[in-house]
Amino acid sequence: MSKRVRLTEVASVVRSKNAGPYELTLDIIFPDPETYRRAKGQITPELIARLYRIPQSKIIAYVEFDPAYAIKATIERPRASGDLGETDVYGAQQHAPLLGIELEL
Amino acid sequence: MREMRVLSPTAILGYGFPLASFEAGMARNPHVLAVDAGSTDPGPYYLGAGVSFTDRFAVKRDLELMLRAGRERKIPVIIGTAGGSGAKPHLEWNLEIIREIAREQGLKFRLAVIGSDLDKDFLLKELENGKLKVLPPGKPLERQDIEASTYIVGQMGVEPIIKALDSGAEVILAGRAYDPTVFAALAIKAGYDRGLALHMGKILECASIAALPGSGSDCMLGTLREDHFLLEPLNPERKCTTTSVAAHTLYEKTNPYSLPGPGGVIDLHQARFEQVSERVVKVSGSRFIPGDMYTVKIEGAKPIGFRTVSIAGARDPIFISNIDSILQGVRARVTDNFSHIPPESYYLQFHIYGRNGVMGDLEPDPVVKGHEVGIVIEAVAPAQDQANTICSFARSTLLHYGYPGRLSTAGNLAFLYSPSDFKAGAVFRFSIHHLVEVDDPCAPFPMELLEIQGGEL
Repeated sequence: MSKRVRLTEVASVVRSKNAGPYELTLDIIFPDPETYRRAKGQITPELIARLYRIPQSKIIAYVEFDPAYAIKATIERPRASGDLGETDVYGAQQHAPLLGIELEL
Repeated sequence: MREMRVLSPTAILGYGFPLASFEAGMARNPHVLAVDAGSTDPGPYYLGAGVSFTDRFAVKRDLELMLRAGRERKIPVIIGTAGGSGAKPHLEWNLEIIREIAREQGLKFRLAVIGSDLDKDFLLKELENGKLKVLPPGKPLERQDIEASTYIVGQMGVEPIIKALDSGAEVILAGRAYDPTVFAALAIKAGYDRGLALHMGKILECASIAALPGSGSDCMLGTLREDHFLLEPLNPERKCTTTSVAAHTLYEKTNPYSLPGPGGVIDLHQARFEQVSERVVKVSGSRFIPGDMYTVKIEGAKPIGFRTVSIAGARDPIFISNIDSILQGVRARVTDNFSHIPPESYYLQFHIYGRNGVMGDLEPDPVVKGHEVGIVIEAVAPAQDQANTICSFARSTLLHYGYPGRLSTAGNLAFLYSPSDFKAGAVFRFSIHHLVEVDDPCAPFPMELLEIQGGEL
């Protein structure tokens, strides 16, 4: 029987970082293949777009990387790193919306 | 079975490493000592201003240990993206540190200095020839982006570094270099598989960040063989696990299956990560796929004005609940008071920490929930004096701004410091992040050989 759990209880890494000055890449890494396998279908480009309130066209890449049990989404930065009005030069604190994700596991 | 051992002491030259880890690495008889000295992560200022984001004293400490060890063992020491951004002033800054170390330590060696500055006329010509390619989501390049940039560098591949090794260089100081190149060049020169060598370099460039627990200031050893490589942290308190290494392959990349670089792509669709002992991970299956054209990534930054900031906090709930209309009012006062300065000629921003100070436009919940907010007033204008004026006036207006329901008539802001305003100097933005096609991978990167004799030429 599946139960609803918070991502923060089951993920080993949830992070954001620049991938070059114009992209922000979001990584969710699971500690084991089973959790990863079951999470895969639930963390989707639609969900990422909704959490960040961006159109799906702003998602540059969405990748499931089996060797690391990782789900990765790369989005277009609203502003380039260090541009006027930009608020996170390294992009290292843009992951918080992911922390609220809940999964059926 | 032949192998090549590559020691990466630290993630960025100047980030440091424990001596015990470094000595453990040297005890493994590495064939080369290599370090990445730069990044674009710290933003456009450092490239644009020609300034290093790493500290001189810390860089000298790391480099002195590396140069002494390298000369003692007669193995090459290779430094990539000198001075943090790799443009001419960054190279000169790092070269001066090398000369100082050589002078103090009495070291003699042949030094190759490889420039990475690209000539503006060359780029303008290549722009006309359609040889400059956009990297989405960036925008197509315009003449003005090239003309206005202070420094423009290209990311060299392994070829210029191999050329320096072929010239008998014992120490190589490279300008902007694709991060894995300094770790992969000697191996590729010796005929090892390019895909494995570059993938190993991609992991080694962050030293022990790929270990568990991760650290950007601890040493990692890479051992490259014909059909795989091994990764081993040199601090016994760390280990590499298949997930720590695989996870690092994701780091700062758009797509971990396909990592583009100079001249082609590292393809990881067939990559395998295996735990061969408690602390060592084996990687195989990484492939290099050459591109149709040899492309080099180019980076530039251009000045856009001067910045002044003022830092304050607010604790009054009535003020906080009115903050949007108050800031709107302050902005209107600034515009009105300096009606001779067109508002579009300067940038005035109020960053509200405790609301959306960190995520800006991406913040899904831009509402103040705490009992206090942090406020950073930022002004950017064509001259420092103008930025000072705008910031100062916005700050004093906000301090004494009268709003409906106000009880705290003595002032709205708690200033952290006296002085309250800080001149942040020149402001830059990334102007170029594109690809240029080249016929000869060495042509844009001129090499100069110097005989360093205890620091004297």
